[in-house]
Amino acid sequence: MRRVIAFATLALLAGCGPSEPQSSGGPPAIRRLTEAQYRQSIADIFGPDIKVSGRFDPDMRTDGLLAVGTGRVTVTPSGFEQYEAMARNIAGQALDEKHRDAAMPCKPASARVPDDACAAQFLGRVGRLLFRRPLLESELKAQVEVANKATQTLGNFYSGLEFGLAGLIAAPEFVFREEDPEPDPAHPGSQRLTAYSKAQRLSFLLWNTAPDDELLAAAARGELNDKAGLARQADRLIASPRLNDGVRAFFSDMLSFDAFDDLAKDSVIYPKFNINVANDAKEQTLRTITDLLITQHGDYRDLFTTRKTFLSRPLGLVYRLPVETRTGFEPHEFAEGDPHAGLLTEISFLALHSHPGRSSATLRGKAVRELLLCQIVPAPPANVNFSIVQDTNNPQFKTARDRLTAHRSNPTCAGCHKIMDPIGLGLEAFDGAGQFRDGENGAPIDASGEIDGLPFKDAASLGNALHDDPATPACLVTDIYRYASGHDPVPGEKDWMGYLQKQFAADGYRLPDLLRRIAVSDDFYRISPTPSGKPVKEATR
Amino acid sequence: MSMDFGRRTLLKGMMGGGAVMVGLPLLDCFLNTNGTALAAGGRMPVRFGTWFWGCGMTPERFVPHTVGANYDIPVELKAIEPFKDQVTVLTGFQALLDGRSNFPHSSGNIAVRTGSAPDKPGEVKAPTIDVLIGDVMGTDTRFRSLEMMATGDPKHSYSMRNAAVTNPSEVSPLALYTRIFGPEFQDPNSADFKPDPRIVLRQSVLSAIKDHRDRFEAKLGSADKARLDQYFTSVRQLEQQLDLQLQKPPPAEACSIPKSPPDGTVGTDIEQATRNHKLMAELLAMALACNQTKVFNVVFSDSASSLRRTGSSTNHHQLTHEEQIDPALGYQPQATWFVEQSLAAWGQFVATLAAVKEGDGTLLDNTLVFAQSDTQFAKTHSVVGIPVMIAGKAGGRVKTGIHIAGNGDPISRIGLTVQQIMGVTVDKWGTQSMQTGKSIGELIA
Repeated sequence: MRRVIAFATLALLAGCGPSEPQSSGGPPAIRRLTEAQYRQSIADIFGPDIKVSGRFDPDMRTDGLLAVGTGRVTVTPSGFEQYEAMARNIAGQALDEKHRDAAMPCKPASARVPDDACAAQFLGRVGRLLFRRPLLESELKAQVEVANKATQTLGNFYSGLEFGLAGLIAAPEFVFREEDPEPDPAHPGSQRLTAYSKAQRLSFLLWNTAPDDELLAAAARGELNDKAGLARQADRLIASPRLNDGVRAFFSDMLSFDAFDDLAKDSVIYPKFNINVANDAKEQTLRTITDLLITQHGDYRDLFTTRKTFLSRPLGLVYRLPVETRTGFEPHEFAEGDPHAGLLTEISFLALHSHPGRSSATLRGKAVRELLLCQIVPAPPANVNFSIVQDTNNPQFKTARDRLTAHRSNPTCAGCHKIMDPIGLGLEAFDGAGQFRDGENGAPIDASGEIDGLPFKDAASLGNALHDDPATPACLVTDIYRYASGHDPVPGEKDWMGYLQKQFAADGYRLPDLLRRIAVSDDFYRISPTPSGKPVKEATR
Repeated sequence: MSMDFGRRTLLKGMMGGGAVMVGLPLLDCFLNTNGTALAAGGRMPVRFGTWFWGCGMTPERFVPHTVGANYDIPVELKAIEPFKDQVTVLTGFQALLDGRSNFPHSSGNIAVRTGSAPDKPGEVKAPTIDVLIGDVMGTDTRFRSLEMMATGDPKHSYSMRNAAVTNPSEVSPLALYTRIFGPEFQDPNSADFKPDPRIVLRQSVLSAIKDHRDRFEAKLGSADKARLDQYFTSVRQLEQQLDLQLQKPPPAEACSIPKSPPDGTVGTDIEQATRNHKLMAELLAMALACNQTKVFNVVFSDSASSLRRTGSSTNHHQLTHEEQIDPALGYQPQATWFVEQSLAAWGQFVATLAAVKEGDGTLLDNTLVFAQSDTQFAKTHSVVGIPVMIAGKAGGRVKTGIHIAGNGDPISRIGLTVQQIMGVTVDKWGTQSMQTGKSIGELIA
């Protein structure tokens, strides 16, 4: 992988390919940490054995991504009640007898009275990691005062320091990711993110956590404002195994895996489907993705055709395959001709986009359009008469295809259903729990269909059609940028999006290469001068 | 006209008295003579809550044929029969959309609760009534409000200041129990009271956090500023909660600390939902009796009900659209079964509040519960005649035991009246065709 990246660097330096257009930049964002980011940050700073227990305010999916919603949500009263309780709980663990020696850079003169110097040393050190920048003098002073007062009240230095620390963990500077713009000396009149804000975008994109000590140090030294310095840090993050965390977080968002939290399947109709199958189905897909895209440095489009995956015992039951590994996963390759090929035939996709007790060609077709091709399917009209078309007991309409064909004969419904159902019908050979089946109600399943005029005969050839659809990789590029920046591209960013899409193709659709192109580009850190953050009106060209 | 004016004036006068009463700690209420201005039971704190179920009802089987007192009980209202004199049923009021799309299962719900129909999906143009009422009467209890839902998803809460500030629901009875009756609970009837010195220290932490506000104020655009303002408002609310923890709580005779519920599963199976709803209702009743909150929001099933029955391939919402109307019965038998089960849960909820003795009456007598759904007949997503019920007398301020037919009036009239009853000084509420200044006189005792 290193060699390929080095090659890409050479190609860039040699000025091959189209030149990179200058983007207008988008608005700076202030985004609430996701639950995963909060948990990972705490584990990184205080150790993986610190327990984070509490309820987080729900994230809000906006324009298809939770990452975009993080720039819209706030903290409700009951949400803050939880943040405050978690902060006290985390601080208590971090400074308990078991952890305090590892956490503290100093020992207090006495364990019973305040020691402002030692408190300041500790709070300054963790404060920089929590706030993702050095604390302001006033911020540090305030927390030292809180700790001092608490130490006096409680007669214990560490118990007092817990309050100083809790104040940092509950602070808006930790709970929200702030981005600050500054004038860009290389492009007079335009703005860029400050070095610390750059470090955040980089780290949350690639590792889904706060910048580590080394990245913050590089920001402090001004290295992130320098092409070579920025590339050094981007390469370090991309080469790390933690890139897996970043890629998993992105795909969990893009594929709406948060819906697994309240996925319910009927236990009588799908007796094999249980919580273990659900958890492992999600894990299977994430492993398939990181293995193909990172470990194998493969082509993104192959995700829709690959026969290689990973199986666990609970999944083996649904796939009707023996799994030797007692706990955990083992690699598996489906034989040529097996109906399983690609992401669409994995349980995670099939079960998530089905009803609790049956499959849904409509939901699956909608998911392909919206999640994988970045297309919008209009909401159904309010007053639809389903009674003539959806009688599941009607002997005339045994299969979903029969029922949906009848449904589509209604012109009000036809407009939207014809863009969803023909795709989803290609996956009808898999039931609502994702298990392969030959027929429905005794009738054979015809899994042929078409996507944007391209006919296919079954799930595998639907995968091929997605592989070959130029909208598939284009959607990934846009989604990654939306995920990384927290906003939909504004008109002034469109050319850069087009450039990234072309480069993604030139790079053979390799995800790490795409991430690197974004991470080292000035365009990724450019901030539009409109303070409101509203998309600017496109200049006529 | 003159009658309207007279009633509003009277109402406002009464609300003035009510607001004073509500603002004082319970102990003072016992001592002063404000009770004379209120009906029996008025010495107790008054509470407000909402109760929601998804996918409406079957009009022919729900709407009473007679209006006024002693209304008849159609089959879908069976569960409230024992409490008929404590429940008022409001039918035939409509959510007016002024030509906007009817976003299935959301337009009606949002319109009932905010007086404004959304222009686009997910939009919430004004706070929901529980938030408006909580701002007035929820500030002197440990929790400004408590939210809970029975089908397992914390996102399903219809208590919203705006779309980005949705008060999330507790979904696990055990988590709800721990939040209310866990280590930070102070027994109002305990003889000795010693405030925990840590509470003052927590306040100093919050006070330091509030000092960060200026730095944000200086640099943020208006949308982000509003979001950070909400964060700081939330900090302020916790500070106020802690203030209360420093004072000896006034005694609450009906308060007895419940046992911790088992750590069970949550989900959309109707048996699960019914069980969790019952557990949470019992915890809530004690939270109210122990003065931990005065405002609550209960969601039995989400809008577009995802309730399901083991072994059935189709959930409640799907049934409402896909099940044939049985020509012999004249309704959808399976979908209707879910309606009946949902309303049975409503009956259970009312019974739970009525079972707590408080003063001369019951907890229900001192509460106003506003129950509502997202549609009238779910099959067509109709927002004309979305069912609303009001249970409890709010300390004698509400007239219960009647059926009020709205005859197509804006449904915002109900929200307006309820706010006024609960002491919000508002004389006009809602937007566009749903803006109204006409409260419902029959509801006011």
